[in-house]
Amino acid sequence: MEPTLAPTATPAAAPRPLFPFVLQLADASLILAHRLSEWCGHGPVLEQDLALANIALDLLGESRSYYQYAAELEGQGRTEDDLAYLRSAVEYRNPLLVEQPNGDFAHTIVRQFLFDNFHYHLLRALKDGPDAQLAAIAEKSVKEAAYHLKWSSEWVIRLGDGTDESRKRLDKAIAKLWRFGGELTTPTEAEKALQAAGLVPDYATLQPAMQAHAEHVFAEATVPLPTAVFPQLGGKTGRHSEHLGYLLSELQYMQRAYPGLTW
Amino acid sequence: MEKLIANSQELTAKVWRLLADVSDPEVPVLSILDLGIVRGVKVTGEQIAVTITPTYSGCPAMNVIATEIRLLLLAEGFPNVVIHNQLSPAWTTDWMSQAGRAKLEAYGIAPPVDGTATGHMLNLFGKDTAVRCPLCKSTHTHMVSQFGSTACKAHYQCDECLEPFDYFKCHS
Repeated sequence: MEPTLAPTATPAAAPRPLFPFVLQLADASLILAHRLSEWCGHGPVLEQDLALANIALDLLGESRSYYQYAAELEGQGRTEDDLAYLRSAVEYRNPLLVEQPNGDFAHTIVRQFLFDNFHYHLLRALKDGPDAQLAAIAEKSVKEAAYHLKWSSEWVIRLGDGTDESRKRLDKAIAKLWRFGGELTTPTEAEKALQAAGLVPDYATLQPAMQAHAEHVFAEATVPLPTAVFPQLGGKTGRHSEHLGYLLSELQYMQRAYPGLTW
Repeated sequence: MEKLIANSQELTAKVWRLLADVSDPEVPVLSILDLGIVRGVKVTGEQIAVTITPTYSGCPAMNVIATEIRLLLLAEGFPNVVIHNQLSPAWTTDWMSQAGRAKLEAYGIAPPVDGTATGHMLNLFGKDTAVRCPLCKSTHTHMVSQFGSTACKAHYQCDECLEPFDYFKCHS
């Protein structure tokens, strides 16, 4: 199916340069929030069910701030809801990692750890960046991201240094998901242009802190840190895995079934 | 001209007093002023602009609060209300009033302990913030989960009276 613009879009002024990047951040947080919300009522223990729902809510709130800003940057009359709910799969710019299925708790933890380790360090860089609105969103979200990273790091340690069963499941999850971590720090052509313009931080500057944290956590977990894994790319340029379509059919159900609905 | 300015100042003061009646939908003993959510009130002619700041990114109470502000001011005869959402400087529990903290504890929620936010020190398996049980007042308590009943709260349990309770997390 051809990607189409919303019917109200007019070929007026071009979107401002940060638009695709902010949209990318919005999509990443929204899709991951959706995945985490799928755990609601199904968590392994009540307290972790609550934790997953809380993290999902934080990410959803963060994505709203990005979508609102993205709509403003695009300047074509689309709203946050249009962007979040009315695009087709090829138009989403989230990395492949966040659309991967929840799997068991170990899979969810590994996915979360890979995301949080990048997300926290990215937000720390963005809050000192040149764009005031993006810096404001980052300043707000980084406090929550710190709690998320603490949570996922502690769980990697508990699962790795836990029982034989938890260790087996963690190993399996790492084998399955580690290949999706690289996309987060591999800039697309669009990102490279923004990095050259100083609007987006160079991911290479985030990597030492990310690596140090991962090494510390994996050492505590008594798990060898995977090295030299070929990264799976594509999400950030709209080439998604088979999972996104199914996810969007649930996420977008209400808006598609009842076009123009309001509360 | 002086009269206009005086009226505007009087009106601004009145609006601040009225806003003290808008309470947090989740914790009704707290007003939005206790929480430090209202950052500014500006009267320009007939229009009242209220600037608020969200607490947590995903806090669902913020929509309700914005609506409550509008309805309250409308009921008082002010239909021309604009609400500005200010993200920066980011909300912090430092802005919670002392009165607010006392009301929280009386309500059964332990108020935030200043200076204990995780910040950039990723305190893995670190010592939990020492929190006083709002029921029996013992400090012999432990954290069950960083994530409690809402985004702003953590889940604690008292080792003295054994009751579980919510702790309003330090956010700074």
